[in-house]
Amino acid sequence: MTRTLRGKAAVAGVGQTTYYKHGQSPDAESKLALEAIVNACVDAGVSPKEIDGFASFSNDRNDGPRLAAALDCKELRYSNMFWGGGGGGTAGAIENAAAAIACGIADCVVVYRSLAQGQFGRFGRGAQVRHVSGDAAHTVPYGLMSAAQMFAMKAMRFMHDYGIRQEALRAIALASYTHAQSNPQAIMHGRPLTEEQYDASRWIVEPFRLFDCCQENDGAAAMVLVPAERAKDFAHRPCYVLGTASGGPNRSAAPVHNAPLYGSSHFTTVAKHLYRMAELTPNDVDVLQSYENFTGGVLMAMVEHGFCAAEEVNDFFVLDNLLAPDGRLPLNTSGGNLAECYMHGLGLTIEAVRQVRGTSCNQIDGAEVSMMIAGPMVTPVSSVIFGAESTL
Amino acid sequence: MDLSKPLPTPTPTSAPFWDGLNDGVVRLQRCNACGGWIFYPRSRCSHCLSDDIEWHEVSGAATLHTFTIARQPTAPQFADEVPQILAVVELEEGVRMTSTLVRVTEKAIEIGMQLEPYFDRVADGVTLLRFAPR
Ligand SMILES: [Zn+2]
Repeated sequence: MTRTLRGKAAVAGVGQTTYYKHGQSPDAESKLALEAIVNACVDAGVSPKEIDGFASFSNDRNDGPRLAAALDCKELRYSNMFWGGGGGGTAGAIENAAAAIACGIADCVVVYRSLAQGQFGRFGRGAQVRHVSGDAAHTVPYGLMSAAQMFAMKAMRFMHDYGIRQEALRAIALASYTHAQSNPQAIMHGRPLTEEQYDASRWIVEPFRLFDCCQENDGAAAMVLVPAERAKDFAHRPCYVLGTASGGPNRSAAPVHNAPLYGSSHFTTVAKHLYRMAELTPNDVDVLQSYENFTGGVLMAMVEHGFCAAEEVNDFFVLDNLLAPDGRLPLNTSGGNLAECYMHGLGLTIEAVRQVRGTSCNQIDGAEVSMMIAGPMVTPVSSVIFGAESTL
Repeated sequence: MDLSKPLPTPTPTSAPFWDGLNDGVVRLQRCNACGGWIFYPRSRCSHCLSDDIEWHEVSGAATLHTFTIARQPTAPQFADEVPQILAVVELEEGVRMTSTLVRVTEKAIEIGMQLEPYFDRVADGVTLLRFAPR
């Protein structure tokens, strides 16, 4: 018997809160989480009381039992956290939700992420400590403290190995900003980005300029998953989970930059499992949402998912190829983390669902296979492929 | 806010490494069971999990594996070092370390360049291992 999640679960509803600049949310993080979950339930047409499972990631502070009590859920059957920081676990949380449904552990599982950084402090800032030991003793005293620096060095190595030009990163940033101009909900709506503005922007850490780095936002997003056999009972066109995969290659989390494969987004093994489960190839993907913590990560993640060879990056990563509706592979079609909102990838995942439903602000005609790649360069990473009914 | 820079705190496991830097030598652990070199310091081999591991003095010769130039200080304490030339170096023995480059102009930095250790006494009894072109 083939063990697979293919076609076993479907997304019934998606929900978001208003997105704010980091630190600007008027509401507490738990209230944002509840609002997004209720909105996803309204979208699906189910009562929040029917939710019996919770799955989140990145050590979300709002645990399932508290939310279940607040929502007056009839019972709690599944309360799950996908380990790992950053946005690497967005698709992993969907994987866990779909697995719980496929195995009969729960029947209505909500995947959610809530962020209020004014309440709890920012991610990108280096830790302020005087004495460090363990692996941090070999990084922090040298001033190596932020994700931006660690990831910059990975991208730098990859770009060096394959002769990749800065213009490839620029195309990724411009795609997000271009798509955001059709999305009134996007933080950068009404603020288009030109090549000249990109080229004139300041370096943060080479090879990343200002526009290569994600924003940080406050807000929350949620997604309700149900068994596939119930998918047609809801308001929207069904959106099935065709495949998921998560993790990382051998020792990709080895401390002090000792991962055997260094210049990598950590998807080399994960992508193979993803396509095997989905029974698809990169050519079958109609539209892609790929998590931009930094544009260099998107580039490596797309190469490692087989959309182009590393040697072809300079030719493939040009703006026209990445734009909806007619580009070779439309990328981050609602504006992505760079220009729509940074919600640890759930915003991208919701956009992947919209493309299958046919409701994106930059809709790809007839999109049937819609992929989301979660935060690259951390461990574990994860990715997911959604499909319309025709793909089952 | 304390504006002094963070410093390494040696542990019983890592003390030989930090003591070596104070004496101007680079020491690495090597596994007697499989011959593998190990970094950062630990109590079992990262290749075969043996606990039969031993400290050895090595040359510290390295190549530049990757780098980045931070033009915004990582933290306020590092404002005096901007631009920070952050580096990952690979020692001859195959292990990687994170560090910064010294005695180098930005234009001369190239992935793959040959490096040698530079022992930087940053506080009483605390030496950091930076790298300079060889
Ligand atoms: Zn060994």
